[in-house]
Amino acid sequence: MNREELKIIFTLFFSAAFLRKKRAILTIAAISWGTVAILLLLAFGNGLQKQLLTARKGMGENLAVVWPGETSISYKGLKEGRRVVFWVNDISFMRERLPEFEGIVGEMTDWSSTLTYGRKTVTAFVTASNWEFGEMRNQIPEKGGRFFNAIDEKERRRVIFLGYERAKELFGKEDPVGKEILVNNTPYTVIGVLKKKLQMGNYSGPDSHRCVIPLSTYVAQYGEQRLHNVVLKISSPEKMKPALDRFKQVMGVKAGFSPEDTKALHIWDTVESSKYLVNFTVGIKLFLGIIGVLTLLVGGTGVANIMYAVVKEKTKEIGIMMAIGAKPKWITTPFLLQSLFYTFLGGFFGLVISAIIVFLLSFVPTEGSMALEFLGKPTLSLPIGIFTAFVLGFVGFLAGHFPAKRASLINPAETLRYE
Amino acid sequence: MHIPFFSKKTNGSNGNGFVISMEGIKKIYDTGKIKVEALKGIDIKVKNGEFIAIVGPSGSGKSTLMNILGCLDTPTEGNYELSGEKVSKLNREELAEIRNRKIGFVFQNFNLLPQLTALENIEMPMIFGKISSAERKHRARELLQRIGLEDKEFAKPTELSGGQMQKIAIARALAMKPDVLLADEPTGNLDTTSGSDVMTVFSELNSLGSTIIIVTHDLALARRAGRIIQLKDGKIEKDAITENGK
Ligand SMILES: Nc1ncnc2c1ncn2[C@@H]1O[C@H](COP(=O)(O)OP(=O)(O)OP(=O)(O)O)[C@@H](O)[C@H]1O
Ligand SMILES: [Mg+2]
Repeated sequence: MNREELKIIFTLFFSAAFLRKKRAILTIAAISWGTVAILLLLAFGNGLQKQLLTARKGMGENLAVVWPGETSISYKGLKEGRRVVFWVNDISFMRERLPEFEGIVGEMTDWSSTLTYGRKTVTAFVTASNWEFGEMRNQIPEKGGRFFNAIDEKERRRVIFLGYERAKELFGKEDPVGKEILVNNTPYTVIGVLKKKLQMGNYSGPDSHRCVIPLSTYVAQYGEQRLHNVVLKISSPEKMKPALDRFKQVMGVKAGFSPEDTKALHIWDTVESSKYLVNFTVGIKLFLGIIGVLTLLVGGTGVANIMYAVVKEKTKEIGIMMAIGAKPKWITTPFLLQSLFYTFLGGFFGLVISAIIVFLLSFVPTEGSMALEFLGKPTLSLPIGIFTAFVLGFVGFLAGHFPAKRASLINPAETLRYE
Repeated sequence: MHIPFFSKKTNGSNGNGFVISMEGIKKIYDTGKIKVEALKGIDIKVKNGEFIAIVGPSGSGKSTLMNILGCLDTPTEGNYELSGEKVSKLNREELAEIRNRKIGFVFQNFNLLPQLTALENIEMPMIFGKISSAERKHRARELLQRIGLEDKEFAKPTELSGGQMQKIAIARALAMKPDVLLADEPTGNLDTTSGSDVMTVFSELNSLGSTIIIVTHDLALARRAGRIIQLKDGKIEKDAITENGK
């Protein structure tokens, strides 16, 4: 089809429809609305998913946290109801016997330490752990600071890493790094402050309020030997389940519990719960997507109605064209094109409106509100765009196909019968 | 002036020399409530270059027959061969092709496309026939000249008189150099003068070799054809050669 032919087709089929401006505008508006609905719903779904997953990663990836509990079945002559204990020494034992884990650290927690800086004193929880905790638990320091390292731990240095909220509480606007604070009246040097992060899911308390010191320092100061919990990291998610089974076996022998005993250990497998999270967000996106698609389909019926009206109005012209030899394709193609044109015009406006909304929303401050932090970050992405374009194409095709079909079945003899 | 595509086409007939060969054509309109048997067995053979007038009372089946001849409709029963092709067996797509290449149809009420200019109307069948743009324009202008309306190239149908519209319609029907030119009461909506004018165009075309079949009520006009077929109640009552046909 060359330009001239297109021009003729255009004059034949589009002219009448454009005369009904009001109707065409309403229909295009309906398609735009549908597109906005589908794009924004998916964008919000996407943003939510992204934020949830980053938040989940905020604690560290591929982790399991294990707390020793109490036995509920007897084991090798040991009665049930025994407390299971993991000792500081067990850390090196675990690392040696369970090489499948990429990292193993132990934790002790003092729930009510007093922290003092200058005249300010607060009561807070302090975590003591190995230096690998930093990497594993995603304790990324703000510029100018660091997490404690292997030497700090070996030398039992009195160094402390502060959560950003805790740091703000103690230091206000002052830079804490290098300053000395008292932890239960013992001086510690602040070597780093946690960089702000989105975190969902925590144990013992959010990292924003956590203070971390080397485990060795804690042991030396308080003489404590029992671990509060251990944190295990695996290289890839699918290895977590078998590795945890091995953990139960190995530690069952060492600490005296049956691997079948469900009460002996409390295990939080974040790999498993992430799976639910992913399913959950996929479910939400699916739900929002379906609502969007339905909205668009409603717009599509508007386009189809216009097309049916055009077919009706143009019946005689179609009959004439058929009488002089137009093949069905010549009749159907303009209708499909016209329908797709309306749909994509509507889709284009919808895209522009959505992009503006998403752009404006990016200026809305979300900090401080958990809900906004998760919902206020709609993200338009290429897959969403492709999906929407596909749905638009589909709707436009359907809206054009049936009227076009009707047009192509027009009987020229019947239509041109002269009364 | 010799214009090639007005001249007689030699490829238009089958081995028997017939452009059109109809046998036992029946048409039954089934409207659900009642069945109308509009054609009750029609046999017609048309030789290349013939000029035929179909006459008959209202409701005798003239238009029905023309629609079938023009492949606008299909018979309920019977055989129809056009230029050696068994038309009764074709599907919609193939019929469209036949209408485009082998048939030129002229209607009583002109049936021009109102949004298009005279020239564009003449171009339409050539667009469907995939004739190149340059060739199309050339042919369309030549046809306009032939019917004496070269100054109406850009006129819309509404700006033309009935006679002028019908001439444009004839030009459109000729655009693809059809094997037969069919016209169903082409002068029915015209006054006597324009009617006679249009008839003259047909006569001239026939003298240049075109095969033409027209339906008319006007016996005076019918006598200008070479053969008159008279229909009554869906049957051929009389089929005779006129003075002109001898
Ligand atoms: N589409 C149709 N549906 C039902 N009946 C039809 C249809 N077309 C024609 N008929 C009937 O078939 C018969 C023949 O009609 P046709 O139009 O062929 O007559 P005609 O000879 O052309 O008449 P006129 O001189 O009035 O144009 C008539 O009885 C008519 O009512
Ligand atoms: Mg008739």
